[in-house]
Amino acid sequence: MAHGPSKGIGRWLFTTNHKDIGTMYLWFSFAMFLLGGFFAMVIRAELFQPGMQIIRPEFFNQMTTMHGLVMVFGAIMPAFVGLANWMIPLQIGAPDMALPRMNNLSFWILPFAFAILASTLFMEGGAPNFGWTFYAPLSTTYAPPSVNYFIFGVHIMGASSIMGSINIVATVLNMRAPGMTLMKMPLFVWTWLITAFLLIAVMPVLAGAVTMMLMDINFGTSFFDAAGGGDPVLFQHVFWFFGHPEVYIIILPAFGVISAIIPTFSRKPLFGYSSMVYATAAIAFLSFIVWAHHMFTVGMPLTGELYFMYATMLIAVPTGVKVFNWISTMFQGAMTFETPMLFSIAFVILFTIGGFTGLMLSIAPSDIQYHDTYFVVAHFHYVMVAGAVFSGTAAVYYWLPKWCGKMYNETMGKLQFWIAFIAFNITFFPQHFLGLAGMPRRYADYSLQFADWNMVSSIGAFVYGAAQLLFLYNVIHTIVAGKPVSEPKTWEGAEGLEWTVATPAPYHTFSTPPEVK
Amino acid sequence: MTMSSIRKTYIKSIGGAIVMFAFAIFVMPPLYDLFCEVTGIGGKTSGRYEADIAGVDESRTVRVQFVATNNAEMDWDFKPTVFEVKVHPGQPTPVTFYAKNTTDRDMVAQAIPNVVPNNAAQYFHKTECFCFNQQPLTAGEEAELPLVFIVDKDLPRTVNTITLSYTLFDVTDRFAGKVVQLN
Repeated sequence: MAHGPSKGIGRWLFTTNHKDIGTMYLWFSFAMFLLGGFFAMVIRAELFQPGMQIIRPEFFNQMTTMHGLVMVFGAIMPAFVGLANWMIPLQIGAPDMALPRMNNLSFWILPFAFAILASTLFMEGGAPNFGWTFYAPLSTTYAPPSVNYFIFGVHIMGASSIMGSINIVATVLNMRAPGMTLMKMPLFVWTWLITAFLLIAVMPVLAGAVTMMLMDINFGTSFFDAAGGGDPVLFQHVFWFFGHPEVYIIILPAFGVISAIIPTFSRKPLFGYSSMVYATAAIAFLSFIVWAHHMFTVGMPLTGELYFMYATMLIAVPTGVKVFNWISTMFQGAMTFETPMLFSIAFVILFTIGGFTGLMLSIAPSDIQYHDTYFVVAHFHYVMVAGAVFSGTAAVYYWLPKWCGKMYNETMGKLQFWIAFIAFNITFFPQHFLGLAGMPRRYADYSLQFADWNMVSSIGAFVYGAAQLLFLYNVIHTIVAGKPVSEPKTWEGAEGLEWTVATPAPYHTFSTPPEVK
Repeated sequence: MTMSSIRKTYIKSIGGAIVMFAFAIFVMPPLYDLFCEVTGIGGKTSGRYEADIAGVDESRTVRVQFVATNNAEMDWDFKPTVFEVKVHPGQPTPVTFYAKNTTDRDMVAQAIPNVVPNNAAQYFHKTECFCFNQQPLTAGEEAELPLVFIVDKDLPRTVNTITLSYTLFDVTDRFAGKVVQLN
């Protein structure tokens, strides 16, 4: 009955198959990860020593901006959308995504968005140079002409995210196998459902922010221009109303991945499943009411600072529930340490460190010192890289055998893990010291006392970058020459519908829905 | 798993996204202004003050200081003619600012007021202000810019000094030939 994929390039251009689209998302995000990583290498090379060595400060600013934009919108978000496409139908027993044609569209507009964004590097006046947060008036009055292309690019990637999210909501709410109630869904599906709601709520706000910028720049409005009665601080409120939920959009699916992997290799069911679901929902709710903790230095009234400080600290409670649940899952489990598990344990440790520095930053009086220093850079790389990227890597190693029917080389996987883990910490741990000592972020140069730790950080960054090439090698080697596996259940302790289908996963699965007890 | 239930979810989600987009553009900016106005934070003063003034509170003296700043790339001479006045709450006080267009082109400027401390902003009334309009000055032209203000008698007791700051913006491109009322 089911026919296989069509031949040639048309398979990829016109596909409505969730597995094909998931694969394309994953490869695209990895390409963007390498591009954004290349920008990071340029940044760290320039910061290797004090003084100007390689690039001009104007270009440095373009690099920090493009690094942030490409990593957040091009690498991390599409990677998790790719995982969602692959795994959600398999995990809930659905034959495909609910809206397959829209799925195709939401992927295929992404390469155009990033082609537009990357093309600004070659334009007169250079690429956007105002930081990934694109605060007005840097991004309006003082922006390079390429800002219009940036806005267009953001609109397209926003549309892509919204369409992807609608698809996920429609799939999860309508296409679960009979018997799979909401509270029986795997946690990855739960976290993605909540993430999708967040995306539908805040990506339009981002679109609104860039639209207002566009009108300020080209059509003479004054949303963010004090000369016409507007207010640049309004931009920061609108941006962070999007931006804070955005960081949970990035991390919640990572929570889902970790909640799948740790029970498998602990050979125990996830501890506190329902508390995990409620914690995820609580984090999502809180993410909407804490945005101004990014803005403690704009001159908020004291009551505002206090409110945003306490509300932010409150997030540590549901997040703590999650961390303790993961630890309790491992406790007295028959643990083994395959590559996905190593990445997951590293995730728990490093994400917790990032969470603690986040708590430090939430304290308004001390944030005034940490604000816009390398302490902030260290904080968000602990949660973004050790959080999202580590969990994404874990997910690829965990599900790769299911996807392609080949087993990766465990030794090479562990080698990649240890290089990445050590190099990551060498890169970013010293940045805590730099920030506490007062080194501001987003500068191409620094004063001499910061030289040593910057050199350490840069060396770590180069090694971390190399570890990603090893990751690429491992994946390609697995696909081309990995040891074939055929039993449906790749991992002894794995649970869930995705492990009931054949390995490699056939092009069409669950054409008749499975029965969930 | 019927097609119509998927369709329903789809339409609701799209609707939600459109509502949030409209919320960002049409609700958030006015809401922000309203919030700043109600709480008085941001130091924004309100428009022309029309209310009647009943009496002057001579028991109290408030010091009002004036600051004039040029925004980036604004090459005018711009300063208050007096830097400080002492007033009683309720008393209308006229002062002037001096501006000269030192450039060789005709320009239009817009002055934006701001009051510190923030909790004084809603008690600082302007019955007449050059900031209500754009200021066109031809090349080399100079002008006395009028301002009449009243400090409200309800000004909190803790406030003894108010600083009124004007920042002058170049709005030539936007308003050349059509000066409009701002407030």
